[in-house]
Amino acid sequence: MHFNQLTSMQKDVLREIGNIGAGNAATSLSKLLNKKIDMQVPAVNIVAFDEVMDLLGGPENLIVAIMFRIHGDAPGTVFFILSMEEAVELVNEVTGNEITLYDDDQVPNDLAISALQEIGNILTGSYLSALSDFTDLDLHPSIPYFGIDMAGAILTVGLNELSQVSDYAIIIDTKINKKKHMDGNMGQFFFLPDPEAFSKLFHALGINGYE
Amino acid sequence: MNKMQTVIKVGIADLNIVKAPDTIRTSGLGSCVGAVIYDLPKKIAGMAHVMLPDSSLNKQSNLNESKYADTAIPKLIELLVENGARKSSLQAKLAGGAQMFQLSVSSDTMRIGPRNVEAVERQLEIFRIPIIASDVGGNCGRTIEFEPETGKLKIKTVNKGETYI
Repeated sequence: MHFNQLTSMQKDVLREIGNIGAGNAATSLSKLLNKKIDMQVPAVNIVAFDEVMDLLGGPENLIVAIMFRIHGDAPGTVFFILSMEEAVELVNEVTGNEITLYDDDQVPNDLAISALQEIGNILTGSYLSALSDFTDLDLHPSIPYFGIDMAGAILTVGLNELSQVSDYAIIIDTKINKKKHMDGNMGQFFFLPDPEAFSKLFHALGINGYE
Repeated sequence: MNKMQTVIKVGIADLNIVKAPDTIRTSGLGSCVGAVIYDLPKKIAGMAHVMLPDSSLNKQSNLNESKYADTAIPKLIELLVENGARKSSLQAKLAGGAQMFQLSVSSDTMRIGPRNVEAVERQLEIFRIPIIASDVGGNCGRTIEFEPETGKLKIKTVNKGETYI
């Protein structure tokens, strides 16, 4: 399998997966906030592991992440990722209060954390159910895992499976943002299919011959 | 000290060596293990950012030796000796090997942090290199930086700030 080579047709299919998943998630967030939420055109990145972290501001950059492992026909990992600023903004939007994630003594704020967890669950759930409906594949998400830590430490969880077959990752990266503010990012989705998932995804969406 | 200090960066599944006064650093270790092997009197050190425990997991046509504990550690030792370190005075410090999420599925790849630590320790035992200090396990990310001048390993985490081992 030529992991770091995709035809433009295959890239289009992966981009469409990002579109469907994040589109559904954006709709959920829009309902939750009662605001218009937009999404950007998904990017399909084929990147070396170090570059995966660079997509999120470097391996040491602090991020908030909600992660699902997908089991079943097309295994992989889905992350919903927020910068610390985005996370605070999202919590403020949802709760209507000005709260920070940590107090002055670096103790996490329970309300803020559970709000983020819940939003993350709803959004990743929407992403996955759209993906599952669209591909008609049997996908079983794990329970959601929540973490605030360095980007490198968190994302490696999604790289371990594929690191056995490749030094590159294929990432379907879709950002969602507030309408009117193209820079008002409200997080992004990373979908990292495991190596064996690609042929299933391509087959399910009608392009064959991916060996 | 007027000489500019350089920080050598080690990426994921990567290794390198450094001589004092320069330092060597790797960022965002989660389940990966940062293994430092050094010859203190000679002020030379090497660091490997090990991602997986065993190269038998490899399904690639060309093996990246720096990725696996059982290939990265021998390669790092060889590189150190080639550059003037003495095998008999090598010592080691370890950090990383965390379990970032308490995953319910007991699949082996999900226990990768502890398995990486065990694999690195086994390699060091084979080469009879004593582990002077380690900060492994837990569930937090770590950035580490080693000073061959002093033999100190700085560990930075999100919640506990900076510590030295």
